[in-house]
Amino acid sequence: MDFGPYLLLALMEGTVMAAVLALTAVGLSLVFGVMRVVNVAHGEFLMLGAVLAWFVTHYVPGPPVVGFAVALVVCPLIVGGIAALSDTLILKRLNYDPEATIVATIGLSYIFQQAALSFYGPDARPVEAPFNLRIQFPWFGYSGYKIAVVLAAIVILLAIWLLMTRTRAGLIMRATQLDRDTARAFGINVDRVYAAVFALGAGLAAIAAVLIVPIQQAHYLMGHDPLLLSFIVVIIGGLGSLRGTLLAAVVIGLSDGVISVFFSPTLAKILATLLVAMVLVFRPQGLFGAKP
Amino acid sequence: MTRALALHIAVLAALFAAQYLLPPYHHTNIARIMVLAVFAMGYNIAFGYTGLLSLGHALFFAAGLYTTGLGIELWGLSAAPALALGLIAGGAIAAATGVLALRTGGVSFMIVTLMFAQAGYLTILYFGQYTRGDEGFVITRAARSIGPIDLSADTPRYLTALALFSVALLINLALTKSRLGRAMIGMRENEERSRMLGYNPFRIKLIALVISGLYAGAAGAAYSVLFGYVGASFAAIQYSILPLLYVLLGGAGTTLGPFLGALLMFYLIDISSGYTTAHLFVVGAALLVLVLFAPKGILGWVRDKGAKWLP
Repeated sequence: MDFGPYLLLALMEGTVMAAVLALTAVGLSLVFGVMRVVNVAHGEFLMLGAVLAWFVTHYVPGPPVVGFAVALVVCPLIVGGIAALSDTLILKRLNYDPEATIVATIGLSYIFQQAALSFYGPDARPVEAPFNLRIQFPWFGYSGYKIAVVLAAIVILLAIWLLMTRTRAGLIMRATQLDRDTARAFGINVDRVYAAVFALGAGLAAIAAVLIVPIQQAHYLMGHDPLLLSFIVVIIGGLGSLRGTLLAAVVIGLSDGVISVFFSPTLAKILATLLVAMVLVFRPQGLFGAKP
Repeated sequence: MTRALALHIAVLAALFAAQYLLPPYHHTNIARIMVLAVFAMGYNIAFGYTGLLSLGHALFFAAGLYTTGLGIELWGLSAAPALALGLIAGGAIAAATGVLALRTGGVSFMIVTLMFAQAGYLTILYFGQYTRGDEGFVITRAARSIGPIDLSADTPRYLTALALFSVALLINLALTKSRLGRAMIGMRENEERSRMLGYNPFRIKLIALVISGLYAGAAGAAYSVLFGYVGASFAAIQYSILPLLYVLLGGAGTTLGPFLGALLMFYLIDISSGYTTAHLFVVGAALLVLVLFAPKGILGWVRDKGAKWLP
């Protein structure tokens, strides 16, 4: 294959990666933006979504597309429920103290990993794609499902954007983000907003997980890389800025895809982590964040 | 002699006596726990006393572990200079990390340290032809001796671990009584007020982090020689979380807390693995319970209950 088509393939892989990453990272960014909580268990919410997707598709009878559709609805709801419960039972009791919540979410991530290991096992298992469509390019064939993943991610992100900017729920979330005390004074139930935002963030990770399992198998340690990449994206995009997060997800996803194809993936990750550290040190508002 | 000094000497004497009483399995365990406790003590100097919650201390531990291990394996150093290099490596990496990371604070500091440690871990994997990556390498028995003393044998190993632990503990005790130690606590309690009193927060925090890195580097260096195994898992995030867990359990900002935490956590996992394989759950649940119900840890609680002299 010539360089041109090879680059195209790398860019397409990067786009799929960017789409899934954007979903995961927007969840993390929402939680940090509204609640000021660094959720170390975010990767585990993704993993739980993937593992649940395996269970759902495995036990729902009928053609793969039915099981997949059920998973796409049920998994985010269950994971969101678990997240809301963790918020009310644990994070709320810690008063959202930044250091304590980090320690607590680290604890949660160990517990989730153990739960997956005990009930699901140490194996990586595939989930069948809902449809098999091969789109033939002049140089290579490409999975139609991967393109569907990108489209689905765009639709969901648009929905989130509409939710945040055009609805009453979004207004309440933004008000809480700006000033939680004033929001409370205006009669907003901040505790409920927090639980909802935490559930929404985790739910987005779970949706990303369901979309990704037909491409990448479900495994109890699979949350680690997405967590790290989401951190990278959220920080480079500017902590708490959704637009910056999206932009950064596209940049990081594409460049990771391209660098991983042409160079070593480990080297790509080393460079990305160092870049994040440097951004936090020298430009805390993020590369794309405008206001300090 | 104060009560505090007497207590510390009593603990060290008990550990010295323990080597004659313990069966071989626990003998090795306690040696390992003492080395890990030195690591945790270093973590405590940054987190417990100075208020720097780092999520990247595995980097400093691994710096000591790998410098000593690779020094012996690749450059053919003998154990004593390799150990010294490991100690220095821990401090040097901590200084380099601190110069950058200490420009931030709070949550950013945690993430910056986490990212540096992750980059270090990935670098070890990247240079797999020298480090053998996740698989790691074993240091030959012949290389693990200082002069005529074979550090891989049980008794010298225990005594070396105890010697390192004693020095680390007594330095830590002296530090808490010193002006520097008090300035560190000042940073934790109120950085702005300390600055107003004429202290330079950046300088104090950097010194604290370097001391912390020296402890971690010493522990890593000793670990490689005493137990003879060097692997990338020691540089992974779990080894940044473990000292945090030990310190939280034993009591942050207490000199004996890290050892107590390491001892209890080690045996909690050891004993629970007899009943269940779910030791990730044990670690996770311990973190949650501590942060929810006992944020000051065991010795912090004892200190609150009346033993105010506990350093």
